[in-house]
Amino acid sequence: MNEDWVLYEVFLRSRSGLEHKHVGSLHAADARMAIEHARDTYTRRQEGVSIWVVRSSEIVAADPEEAEALFEPARDKIYRHPTFYTIPDEVKNL
Amino acid sequence: MSSAIAAEYPAATAEERCEYTLRLADTSLVAGQRLAEWLGHGPALEEDLALGNIALDLIGQARLLLALAGRVEGRGRDEDALAFWRDAAQFRNVSLAEQPNGDFGRTIVRQCLLDAWQLETYESLAGSTDVELAGIAAKAAKECRYHWRYSAGWLVRLGDGTEESHRRVSEAMQDLWRFTDELLAPDALDARMAECGIAPPAAAIRERWEQRVAGALQAAKLPWPAHQHYPWHGKRGVHTEALGHLLATLQQLPRAYPGVSW
Repeated sequence: MNEDWVLYEVFLRSRSGLEHKHVGSLHAADARMAIEHARDTYTRRQEGVSIWVVRSSEIVAADPEEAEALFEPARDKIYRHPTFYTIPDEVKNL
Repeated sequence: MSSAIAAEYPAATAEERCEYTLRLADTSLVAGQRLAEWLGHGPALEEDLALGNIALDLIGQARLLLALAGRVEGRGRDEDALAFWRDAAQFRNVSLAEQPNGDFGRTIVRQCLLDAWQLETYESLAGSTDVELAGIAAKAAKECRYHWRYSAGWLVRLGDGTEESHRRVSEAMQDLWRFTDELLAPDALDARMAECGIAPPAAAIRERWEQRVAGALQAAKLPWPAHQHYPWHGKRGVHTEALGHLLATLQQLPRAYPGVSW
């Protein structure tokens, strides 16, 4: 492995999917090579019809140290889930 | 193809069609086997997969084309019989396809020269009067577009890379160039196939191949090599020593265990 190669994250949109989903990562020298490597590594079994790659170093991640402040406040607000509605019998396909 | 148009062309004999189809089939088979030799030895895991994918495309093309050649021949030989039970002198691949891998740069140079030829050939063959061949060619052309993208991309990286990478692809280009004349110069069978509307005219393929390869060479900062006449004609069954070694590996298993399945 050439040390000049950098890590890329790979996102694929499947044939039926609407959004790109993270599927893994790989090494490449530049963006063009990253797309080719993503194609060769992650779409061999028709997993995708669209590829995004992004340099891993460009991803900004939430700080795990801040997890409490970021995520705890949502825990006791269960009323935000749409589970408090009575669904009329006439509605069949919800 | 309407019968009115087809009627303008003379009909090729089954023997001619079989022979021509074998040239395409064997070129894909031999090139696929060569690339498969890289499995587990690629310069990076990702390249290992890339070369393996291309090898599988080529072997897939070979299967369809060998099966077609067998049907046209009409002597009951299927794709396996043709792949595993012919000897080197019966293979009709172009000599370039059988050239050993060497280092990664040399493999890329070989593939570049071959991919450009396969791409132009298959794109043209998609309009062949031989409808079965046209169908296979249309599928193969899509694969070859990616093969070219891959090999030409690497040629540029290596040619316009470090001093070392430039030297290696430059030497490989000088060495392998002599096999390109066979790709582009038509023999009697190529001319006959063009006359019958089965294959594209050789002059058209040459022009598009030269344009494509010239673009890649320029981007890779490599000179256009001098023309070299070379006496090997794989497509007529006159091969370099390399093919025998390749076939020994390719054919060993089914010859040691006839009829085996795995």
